[in-house]
Amino acid sequence: METVAEITHLRKSFGTNHVLNDINLKINKGENLVVLGKSGSGKSVLIKCLVGLIEPDEGEIFLFGENIAGLKTGKLNILRKKVGFLFQSAALYDSMSVRENLEFPLRDLKAKPREETDALVIEALQNVGLESAIDKMPSELSGGMRKRVGLARTLILKPEIILYDEPTTGLDPITSREISQLILNMQKKYNTASIIITHDIECARITANRVIIIKEGIVLAEGTFKEISESKDEWIRSFFN
Amino acid sequence: MGFFEEVTLLTKFTFRFFRELFKPRYEFNEFVRQSYLIGYKSFPLVAITGLILGLVMTIQSRPTLAEFGAVSWLPAMVSVSIVRELGPTIFALIFAGKVGSGIGAELASMKVTEQIDAMEVSGMNPYKYIVVTRVLATTLMLPLLVILGDAISLYGAYIAVNLKGSVSFHLFFLQVFKSLDFSDVFPAFIKTFFFGFAIGLISCFKGYNSTNGTEGVGVAANTSVVLGSLSVFIIDMIAVQITSMLY
Repeated sequence: METVAEITHLRKSFGTNHVLNDINLKINKGENLVVLGKSGSGKSVLIKCLVGLIEPDEGEIFLFGENIAGLKTGKLNILRKKVGFLFQSAALYDSMSVRENLEFPLRDLKAKPREETDALVIEALQNVGLESAIDKMPSELSGGMRKRVGLARTLILKPEIILYDEPTTGLDPITSREISQLILNMQKKYNTASIIITHDIECARITANRVIIIKEGIVLAEGTFKEISESKDEWIRSFFN
Repeated sequence: MGFFEEVTLLTKFTFRFFRELFKPRYEFNEFVRQSYLIGYKSFPLVAITGLILGLVMTIQSRPTLAEFGAVSWLPAMVSVSIVRELGPTIFALIFAGKVGSGIGAELASMKVTEQIDAMEVSGMNPYKYIVVTRVLATTLMLPLLVILGDAISLYGAYIAVNLKGSVSFHLFFLQVFKSLDFSDVFPAFIKTFFFGFAIGLISCFKGYNSTNGTEGVGVAANTSVVLGSLSVFIIDMIAVQITSMLY
């Protein structure tokens, strides 16, 4: 299987707090990898390192075969356009409407005719079932709608990898299930690889092809959802009870 | 953050501004939007302050001049005071309060809600889009506001002069323009660019580098105003020294 991202011996500390100790990870094309772990175990730091938002202390990160360490901003930005990132808060731009939020990542692409841009925006919103919200401002949207628009904005560049930072946090169970289903649909439709950081076991069950558990900065366990949920380790099982 | 560390970061932040300013892509639409928000939306506040400044300055100065039988000097004295010093400084302080706090708080909350990170991971240059456009807008809008504010202040002075006397509009402004030299107007105008630049840069710096979540938003807004206002006085002091050496 084709590897789209690889992390080797990743270490990151904040002062005396050693968040990531020795993380080794591969993510294959078209695969959904769910990362579970306690709050503060460095799950978000891991994916922020992957897109160069946080600089690791040690270790190497390869995106599409290229080591991102020492890459110039221009080159890194080219790689970043192939990676979508859905933030925990959706991170919609408050001063822009939903349409402008979705058009924003398209600005650096070759000048597209208005109709083509509109078609891309509509397609992205149709994917998340929110065409009707196109002219709304983020402040007019509910938490679930914001997440969906955030996902639509992430998808508009048709990324090959999508990083989801707690996509269902703060949502009711029904909306959480809808978002989880959307993640699965996007994987099937675009054959994207995803890393999904979550505490939501239902989300993990729906979306995961592979699950890893992070504890004290290392990968404690790895396997399918079924294998991990039936682990003999009491600490790991406690996630599923 | 220590004082020297902060000064170092601010210096780097300033150099980055000039580096990014001349590099494409140019965010013209965002610059125009910011100019509208920063300039046009601040105009009513500057206009009201200006009118009151002109009225008060004239009413307060009249008794002193009257003691020396120099009431006819009122237009000249008020215009020189306003155009040379009071107008630029007071409007810049008002600007630091309104615009500086707004930029500081807006950027800090963008940071807290990961909007700046979101721009960065989508391969955009958030510094260019957010910081360069705002600093450029504050630099260019404050001088315009000061010109308009000065004009309204002088009109306020004209109203105040006529509260206890009778001077025609034509005569009043004839005296005003007669009393103003190039050396009064030009340095005062030039320093407002520096005021605007400092206010924009400091508030962007505080907002862009804010920490500690929502608490940081308040701190960024507050320090943007405090340091922005302080920078106005420091630049003013330097400008006065340079002007007095040149003229």
